[in-house]
Amino acid sequence: MSIQEIQEEIIEEFAMFEDWMQRYEYMIDLGKTLPLIAPEFKTDDNIIKGCQSKVWVHAELKEAQLEFTADSDAIITKGIIAILIRTFSNQHPKDILDANTDFIDQIGLKEHLSPTRANGLVSMIKQIKMYAIAFQTQLN
Amino acid sequence: MFDVNDIRKDFPILSRTVNGHPLVYFDNAATSQTPNQVIDVIADYYRNYNANIHRGVHTLSQEATDAYEASRNTIKSHFNAAHAHEIIMTSGTTHSINIIASGYTQLLKKGDELIISAMEHHSNIVPWQMLCERTGAILKVIPMNYSGVLEMDIFMELLCEKTKLVFVNHVSNALGTVNPIEEIIMQAHNVGAKVLIDGAQATPHIKADVQALGVDFYVTSAHKLCGPTGVGMLYGKESLLNILPPYQGGGEMIAEVRFEKTTYADLPHKFEAGTPNIAGGIAFGAALDYMNGIGFETIASYEQELLVYGTDKLKGIEGVKIYGEASQKTAVISFNVNEIHPYDIGSILDKFGIAVRTGHHCAQPIMDFYKIPGTIRASFSFYNTKEEIDLMIKALNSAIQMLR
Repeated sequence: MSIQEIQEEIIEEFAMFEDWMQRYEYMIDLGKTLPLIAPEFKTDDNIIKGCQSKVWVHAELKEAQLEFTADSDAIITKGIIAILIRTFSNQHPKDILDANTDFIDQIGLKEHLSPTRANGLVSMIKQIKMYAIAFQTQLN
Repeated sequence: MFDVNDIRKDFPILSRTVNGHPLVYFDNAATSQTPNQVIDVIADYYRNYNANIHRGVHTLSQEATDAYEASRNTIKSHFNAAHAHEIIMTSGTTHSINIIASGYTQLLKKGDELIISAMEHHSNIVPWQMLCERTGAILKVIPMNYSGVLEMDIFMELLCEKTKLVFVNHVSNALGTVNPIEEIIMQAHNVGAKVLIDGAQATPHIKADVQALGVDFYVTSAHKLCGPTGVGMLYGKESLLNILPPYQGGGEMIAEVRFEKTTYADLPHKFEAGTPNIAGGIAFGAALDYMNGIGFETIASYEQELLVYGTDKLKGIEGVKIYGEASQKTAVISFNVNEIHPYDIGSILDKFGIAVRTGHHCAQPIMDFYKIPGTIRASFSFYNTKEEIDLMIKALNSAIQMLR
């Protein structure tokens, strides 16, 4: 599936819920399915420091596609990472570079991508794009 | 008589909703809310006499200058300074601290010692570290115990004839501990050291008397005590402020400017370069008038009631751990629930319209001490109610349910 299709799928899933509590509960459940970063990569080098929660992210290139693993010390942050990684993982670096994260607004989680939350997510998206640039260069 | 429901009518923001719930504002230690009495003063300035101060012969400028200087007098009286020119108007506590830290660059030498406490805000750590880098002075730290109380025995051991400056907050922002500043000032003076007290967290609850304390420098911000952001003050003893060099050059702070040599203005203008936040400065005085109208003893006793009530309610929740259990505390409760990350709880409380602070509260050394990533901090003001605490407890229980 393309990034666009996955994002539409996620929007549909979240549209089933009536209130924010159900959406949050679902997001927390999704966090439990996050492909966890291997312990050897969960290092200070791979840490993205937010003022509040920490995020670790790692990328590998497999058959011209990027595969991401990650983790966070906060459950809600982890849930959002799971959603983001579901859209970005197993995609071509160029597609990752072209993609945006506007769908997060549509599923009612916009506030967590605000820089004032200082939860590391904004920096994580930047980091994912940086990985995409790096591997794109490698593929060329 | 103090009636919180009457008081709440002074604060228009308290009647708004957040995420469909009535706002419960428990982030007062970061910024307090503003009553109509202060908002009106700001609006009145811009509507009727907005002009630059200390210059200009026209009427508006005179009126603005009078109001600004009247506010300085109100601040002087509130803190019982000996002279109005010992009150320097600043942009806030951080600015005030930096004036002193910068000024001491030329007055310290290699090997001099500075003492700070383990529970300082970053703004009362970093400027002194920078001062040490510039001068070769050495920074020593008074440790704290597990309850969040300073180890005064160790402070006594750190004090010696090399100690030049001591910096301690009156009240810890992350823990609410009220520090024994009278004792600290006295002991520091015994070895000839000067003392700066960071009063940012104390001034909303405690009326400090700088002459009775004998303190050398006392600093705070207006936005902690019902005033606007971007305004604060530096109190300094006249004799000390006179020997410190100016912090910034510019207009207002000069007596005479010649290309060969400029002479500086007298206090307080020497430290007040540039056009200040005039409306904010005037509103600072109005905020103090407002709070004095209620009375600091009344405020403190009501807030202590909230502190006891909130502490009891929180302790009733399984897994809650409170950080900072000094016997002398302001109405601040820093806590965590089991291993749940404070960010998770704070995010869900916000959905219920409850504003708390989460994170390290710009006091990372305290979080390192307890080996935690941060805490949830509920800080109460005299316009908060027990019913609001009940709402927080209810929301907290829902959050725990969701996050388990």
